[in-house]
Amino acid sequence: MSIVIAASSSATFPVLPSLLIVPAAGALVVAFLPRVRKDLTKLVALIFSAITCALSLWLLSDFEYEKHSDMFQFVSRQSWISDFGISWSFGADGISLFLIVLTGLLFPIAFLAVDPEHNDRSYFAWMLLLEAGVMGVFCSLDLIMFFLCFEVVLVPMYFLISRWGHGNRSYAATKFFLFTMAGSALMLVGIITVAFLHADSVGGSITFDLVEIAESQSISRGTARWLFLTFALAFAVKIPIFPLHTWLPDAHTEAPTAGSVILAGVLLKLGTYGLIRFGLYLFPEASHFFAPVFLTLGVVGIIYGAVVAAMQKDLKRLVAYSSIAHLGFIVLGTFALNTEAIVGSVLQMVNHGISTGALFLLVGMIYERRHTRQIDELGGLQHSAPLMAGFFTVVMLSSIGLPGLNGFVGEFLILLGTFTAHRWWAVVATVGVVLAALYLLWAYQRVFHGPAEKENAEMTDLKTRETLVLLPLLALIVFLGVYPKPVINRMENSVKTLVVHIEKHVSGFEEPVNRQSLGEIKIDIQQAEEGH
Amino acid sequence: MFVASNSVSTPEIVWWALLPVIVFAVSGLLLLTISSLLKKEISWLAPGITLTAGIFVLFSSIPMWNRIQNDGPIAFLNDSVGTDGSTIFLTSLIAIALISTSILARPYLDREGIPDLEFYVLLLVSAAGGVVMAGANDLIVLFLGIEILSIAVYVLVALHLRKIESQEAAIKYFLLGAFSSAFLLYGIALVYGAVGTTNLIGIRNFLANSLLIEDGMLMIGFALMLVGLGFKVAAFPFHSWTPDAYQGAPTPVVIWMAAGVKVAGFAAILRVFPLTFASYIDDWQIPVAVLSGLSVVFGSVVAVVQTNVKRMLAYSSIAHAGFILIGVQSSNMDGTAAVLFYLGVYTFLASGSFAIATVVGGEGDSNHDLDAYKGLAKRKPALAALFTVLLLGQAGIPFTGGFIAKLGVISSAVDTKYYFLAGVAMVSAAIAAYVYLRILMAMYSDINEGKIEDIHVSKGVWVVTALSSAVVMVTGFIPEPFIEITRDAVPILVGG
Repeated sequence: MSIVIAASSSATFPVLPSLLIVPAAGALVVAFLPRVRKDLTKLVALIFSAITCALSLWLLSDFEYEKHSDMFQFVSRQSWISDFGISWSFGADGISLFLIVLTGLLFPIAFLAVDPEHNDRSYFAWMLLLEAGVMGVFCSLDLIMFFLCFEVVLVPMYFLISRWGHGNRSYAATKFFLFTMAGSALMLVGIITVAFLHADSVGGSITFDLVEIAESQSISRGTARWLFLTFALAFAVKIPIFPLHTWLPDAHTEAPTAGSVILAGVLLKLGTYGLIRFGLYLFPEASHFFAPVFLTLGVVGIIYGAVVAAMQKDLKRLVAYSSIAHLGFIVLGTFALNTEAIVGSVLQMVNHGISTGALFLLVGMIYERRHTRQIDELGGLQHSAPLMAGFFTVVMLSSIGLPGLNGFVGEFLILLGTFTAHRWWAVVATVGVVLAALYLLWAYQRVFHGPAEKENAEMTDLKTRETLVLLPLLALIVFLGVYPKPVINRMENSVKTLVVHIEKHVSGFEEPVNRQSLGEIKIDIQQAEEGH
Repeated sequence: MFVASNSVSTPEIVWWALLPVIVFAVSGLLLLTISSLLKKEISWLAPGITLTAGIFVLFSSIPMWNRIQNDGPIAFLNDSVGTDGSTIFLTSLIAIALISTSILARPYLDREGIPDLEFYVLLLVSAAGGVVMAGANDLIVLFLGIEILSIAVYVLVALHLRKIESQEAAIKYFLLGAFSSAFLLYGIALVYGAVGTTNLIGIRNFLANSLLIEDGMLMIGFALMLVGLGFKVAAFPFHSWTPDAYQGAPTPVVIWMAAGVKVAGFAAILRVFPLTFASYIDDWQIPVAVLSGLSVVFGSVVAVVQTNVKRMLAYSSIAHAGFILIGVQSSNMDGTAAVLFYLGVYTFLASGSFAIATVVGGEGDSNHDLDAYKGLAKRKPALAALFTVLLLGQAGIPFTGGFIAKLGVISSAVDTKYYFLAGVAMVSAAIAAYVYLRILMAMYSDINEGKIEDIHVSKGVWVVTALSSAVVMVTGFIPEPFIEITRDAVPILVGG
């Protein structure tokens, strides 16, 4: 730790590349630890993930959010294949910042919370590799680099599900791998085409630099729309947007607990983050053009996810379907294309990571004790495990979006922004909030209330370690719910820059804003009357 | 040439540039002679000489490469043989394929009781043919190279004398191969009829400078040559021999067929189509693009339904051939460099993957069902890890050489505005990924009770698989120097 702190004092320390390098190096170290020192494995993995976490927190503290001029901070660049114009190009802004921090936080928590049942070394090695890949996605400012990291996370996740999962795990792992790989197949063609067309129209050599391509907007409108679709398909599968979601319930249910936490907490955000960074920013006009489609799919996802979640008999599957609903909100906010809604979406990505991560941890803890996740077979757990019931209540309420907890802030901003821009979509989406209360409270009631019978009555409560693991998540849930201002402040400038970018490149598009002054509304009424 | 002359003028020969052919051919003949003179069999003699020849050629290519890079490509023997960057690059790939085949063949031949002398002699002869193809500047020389290469391989496929599948595969391969040679030869004849020369430089100059009023004969010539060469690289729809031949042939021979023969076949395609027929690109580009797309789709889709790992890899090799053809159709420098890069990576992917098939195949070389791979991770964790790298490389997962190879050819398709082809190829790659996942799943699944057999992994297998996986990883992480080499190796036709 002292090394990190010492290094942090120098201004040029490449913090973003080290977010990739540290976990990747950790994976190597763990993989080659001597077989006899099994006890070391977890410790070493924890140390590497803790260093990564510390680095991400340092990033948070050094981030200058008052700054308007530069969109990306901590930019570093290292040529990789100069003939193809591909470089290791990293940068962070207010949109990626908190996702990086979330990743940094969730991995050590997942390590602490759950021990693998076998093959510790490869388990932790894959986990650390996964972390490196995820960090790479959030930091990349090069299209190919982004694709590399986006695609490479499939491999560790595949192995985590297929080797440490439950039940029908190899089916679930394969489905997950193939769905996502097929989804992103066309994105690679899209990426290469973007770079070639950009080089054609601007002149000069091929570059995959995101900022350069996005700022020049050199691709013609019709082509850009097609290209946007190749990107959007990859993200839609990853998020997943209805109707491409079918891999998610399987993958979530069969994955080991830590796998589910990471899958829900971080991996799904790769898609929603991609939509903002490589959808809205790279293709503003096409995003605006296709916005109604995505708004509709978002709302469909919200309602569909909620209804299906209410029907589930398996607690983990229920949480998985609730993810579809939550991610529907994020998609909705993203395509409302105004500052409130996008800030809400980014915030909701973080919130969902925390709440759903915690929910999966709790479900995992129940499963560990009771060896079942069937809601029918559980019941009255609050008698035997009051502490767990308490934690579950708070996390569940945050997931529902109770005011005062983090879920409310994100959902409120999304709905507010969407209402300004696309009234009726917001109205329908609000039903989703009610439905969320329905399925989660109902599930809570069936699992924790009522009389406890036999095994349910004898279930042990949370152990100290488990409490310690859940506490930071709980603290964040409350903190973000009560005082989200510092977080929103850091996101806001970047999101505003993005919206201005969209305004600039989409003719006739103005950010749909909340008309706060009464005067403006009066003028509107006047105009309307004159029209008659 | 057509001027009558009293004294016979012998063409100039650049001996150092012919070194690889000479080394391979002479060591083959030497081996044959020495063994027939010896009274007692010396077991290390045949593999030793073969390995030495391969390593010698591999290392001699370094000074040759430097010389060509400094002095430029050369042509000699009346311009019928040329040596350029691609010749040396592909020759070293052939040498690598030869080395790994001979390393893996040694324990295999012992195990299966196959006489090893013939095997190594034929392998060396075949390699000599491949090298001839990589340096051919004349259609006749090209055809000679193909025949030297192929006839030896027909025999190699049949070498497992006690296995009926081996004989069957050889007959199929031989019959179809003979037909394809006939097609190629007929195509060569038609091109000669249209152009008046078989020299590649002559053909290129003629096509560039003169307008044919009637080009039907030339077109049929192109088509027939494409059929003949398409057969050699196993492109759809000339692939039908591949699965049977791969399944039946002794597994080390399959390594040679997948790596060595394919490299030589693409060497010929690169010399003929993008180089010689450059000015008629509008006439052959679309057919080649169609063949490449069909190969990728067909290979990937059909591989999915296979249950025999050798057949899976055979169909995936058809898909790989399709990917390489995508680079060929672009016919520009970047595309050709991408083809060479792909060939380089594929040589290692194929060597390593089939090396593992050799081991798992077990006694009788028949245990190639997917079930045979079940629990491999428990029995041989390190071997399974290496195989994982190779399979992920074949699937084109990022940070493996396979990805960079695919990136190159897909870029070349985008560059020539064949967006649809690029899209089809990528979607097929996603389908093909399932093939490799199935093998991975089997490896990491739990062992069925009572099926635990001890697998003997020889040192050679370790060496080949470890080196192949290392190359696949290194080319994935630090591709730049390798891309530079392939860009310097893009073939150029020069007249002497």
